[in-house]
Amino acid sequence: MTQPVFWGLVGMALVVMGLYALIVHAHLLRKVLALNVMSSGVFLVFIGLARRAPVEGSAPAVDPVPQAMVLTGIVVAVAATGLALALIVRLRSLTGRTFLGGDKGD
Amino acid sequence: MAEPPNKDGGGRRTVPDRTKTPGSVPAHRALPAAARALLALLMLGLFGGLAMAVLSLSEPAPGLAAAVAEHLAASGVDHPVTAVLLNFRGYDTLLEMVVLLLALVGVWSVGRARGCAGHAPGPLLRQLPRLLAPLMVLVAGYLLWVGAHAPGGAFQAGSLLGGVGILLCLSGQPLPRWADGPVLRLAALLGVAVFALLGVAVVLLPDGAPLAWPPALAKHLILTIELAAMLSIGVILAALFTGGRP
Amino acid sequence: MPPDLIGPDWQGSGWMLASVFVPLAGALLGFLLPRLAAAMGLVTAVLTAAATLALTLDVMAGGPARTLLGGWAAPLGILWRADGLSVALMAMTATVGVMVSLYAAAYFRAAAHERVFFWPLWLLLWASLNALFLSADLFNLYITLELLGFAAVSLTALGGGAAALTGAIRYLLVSVLGSLSYLLGVALLYHACGTVDIALAAACIADAPRPAMQAATGAMIAGLLLKTALFPFHFWLPPAHGSAPAPVSAVLSALVVKASFYLVLRLWLDLLGGGAGAGGGRWLAELLGVLGTGAVIWGSVLALRQERLKLLLAYSTVAQIGYLFMAFPLAVAGSAVAWTGALYLALAHGLAKAAMFMSAGSLLRFGGHDRIAELDSAVHRLPLTLTAFALAGVSIMGLPPSGGFIGKWLLLEEAFRQGRFGLAAAMLLGGALAAAYVFKVVGHAFTPAERERRVRAIPKAMEWSALLLAVAAIVLGLTLPLISPLLQVGGASAAAGGAA
Repeated sequence: MTQPVFWGLVGMALVVMGLYALIVHAHLLRKVLALNVMSSGVFLVFIGLARRAPVEGSAPAVDPVPQAMVLTGIVVAVAATGLALALIVRLRSLTGRTFLGGDKGD
Repeated sequence: MAEPPNKDGGGRRTVPDRTKTPGSVPAHRALPAAARALLALLMLGLFGGLAMAVLSLSEPAPGLAAAVAEHLAASGVDHPVTAVLLNFRGYDTLLEMVVLLLALVGVWSVGRARGCAGHAPGPLLRQLPRLLAPLMVLVAGYLLWVGAHAPGGAFQAGSLLGGVGILLCLSGQPLPRWADGPVLRLAALLGVAVFALLGVAVVLLPDGAPLAWPPALAKHLILTIELAAMLSIGVILAALFTGGRP
Repeated sequence: MPPDLIGPDWQGSGWMLASVFVPLAGALLGFLLPRLAAAMGLVTAVLTAAATLALTLDVMAGGPARTLLGGWAAPLGILWRADGLSVALMAMTATVGVMVSLYAAAYFRAAAHERVFFWPLWLLLWASLNALFLSADLFNLYITLELLGFAAVSLTALGGGAAALTGAIRYLLVSVLGSLSYLLGVALLYHACGTVDIALAAACIADAPRPAMQAATGAMIAGLLLKTALFPFHFWLPPAHGSAPAPVSAVLSALVVKASFYLVLRLWLDLLGGGAGAGGGRWLAELLGVLGTGAVIWGSVLALRQERLKLLLAYSTVAQIGYLFMAFPLAVAGSAVAWTGALYLALAHGLAKAAMFMSAGSLLRFGGHDRIAELDSAVHRLPLTLTAFALAGVSIMGLPPSGGFIGKWLLLEEAFRQGRFGLAAAMLLGGALAAAYVFKVVGHAFTPAERERRVRAIPKAMEWSALLLAVAAIVLGLTLPLISPLLQVGGASAAAGGAA
């Protein structure tokens, strides 16, 4: 298997592992970390597969558009994590709990 | 957020009495082993499907590298990623900066910050920022400038500035009085404001479209936007670290 | 590249630009100057609604409008496209938005902290809704989805109590999960097709490798279903919508869930060619129909069992969303009437549910609680609010002459015509259950009080804004000749190939 496909598979593995952890763990911090692992996986799929050779030989081998998209995605993930942590900290200061009432899983 | 140390790393059900530690997970809330096993099986199946999808994507890939290379000269910068970020797909970047600002507003709406003056820094943290902070600001400026023709740009520079803010906060330095309040809010929204204003203003030019930089002005417009964005991103990241409104 | 993709359409793009950038500017100003947040919020709301109205009229007269953001045509740049479907939803957003703004100005008058943060968050939410309805670029849609999600979550937590926080955290986790799933699909699609523009990707999908396309479609739709709270992914909605402040609940139920539904519809029609393109189209449509049926029955039954008014309304939203998805199996058999019905239901539900949540907020403020069994005698003290609730209930139940009636009637007619008696039976059962829970509330509000309680005066703005929205839901039912052509413009009927 070629290198890009390898990174694509690693990314998918991270996504699936993150999803498992998101459902199984009850502690909110673990859930946030699981989402971060999942987003790393999605980003890896996005960029990893971008290293494939383009159709014309003259263009550069790396596609810049996925890189820009992943940069955007990282910032969005940081924003999400920041918001989630603030909410969790507030919940803990109000109730002393760091887990949701019912289980999050489907 | 104390959790009793558990060599398994969590997820196991049989653990000595955890109900005494505040914030920890009562044993009955964890999923039973059978459910976890079933879930693991489902996840394996999911991975199989996704892996097949990845394996089926043929080489060579139809990407946009050629299109970007073709129009790079008209974009105002030399680096393809920066060109995509701030010219070809600049609207995405604008929205992304709005997302960051929105996260700040959300965090501020939830509660107050812990405050930086409460940290009791050790000797290392008292001295190091004096050396590091100016150096980091310098490197941030360099990253901003070099983004036009090499990896770099507003986000990278902004992250570094955010790091400066966090370092200063950890070393016990609160924000000076004058920088709090409206000045802080202005700094946080400056990136979005400048980007949006310029993006709407170019519509007034002949043949104008929103966020369409004319090739002659593109380099300067992009630099202006990146400067404002760097400042805002740094401020927002540092403010997110403090975790609440000042 | 098709010639009409080159060059912006100035008429359209001016109002399109305003509909996104005016609320953005209002949010920035409101954030910068907190003392003027409420005043600026109201002005911005009116201006945004005006811009949206202008855009709607433009599209009705002149056909779909396009803008090339950055001046670059796809696939390099990002495209905005306003067709009948987008504009109809933007118009509903504007109507609900103005009324909610009026309501919120009165609701938060005394709460300084909430007021200061409500306006920037609400205006950013509105801007992100408009940006979402206009966008024709899959990755750009991801960012607008995240923007929408964060704004909604922050607004949900604005109430401040443990219930609101828990609901908000769960909502955030679900929202991010849904967006990530959607993004994974976009990644796979990009790597197969080399573009994230909807029109260009649609042309490429038929030739792209099957497993990748199925995974991409599945991931995108699954993520959006999670965000739309379609049964069985609905678990996060009642706690979030039930514990948010009343104007926020109105926005969440009326607008935010419609945005992800709109995306499912948009992807279905424009990317997947109405289910004809991708291999499993028929199967997916049937699955959506089954889940929709489950949502209607499960949501309605649970709504009936609720003791608190806001939770009842939240479960009612779960049920109403189910109706929208019942249109998929009906439409894939080749009729555009089902789409018109579903869209009518979406518009009517938006107006009616917002009115109901606003009425519930007034009742809550009035009596200090929202327990249904103890709503006695509100009819004498708050006649306008009760009227609003009852009128909105008429639309939810699907009685003539409301918008809800038109939507349900179109779907029912289609179901009978195709012999889908299971779907028809579920729709009728849902209607009966809706009648039951609406009358439950109204009945309790009419019973005389056993003893006098302490009550608070309700500002007239709160009562009137709810009433106007409820009336709009009814009036919607009378405007079929006006709305129906709008829904056909450039969008819903194009793929199906027929005119209703």
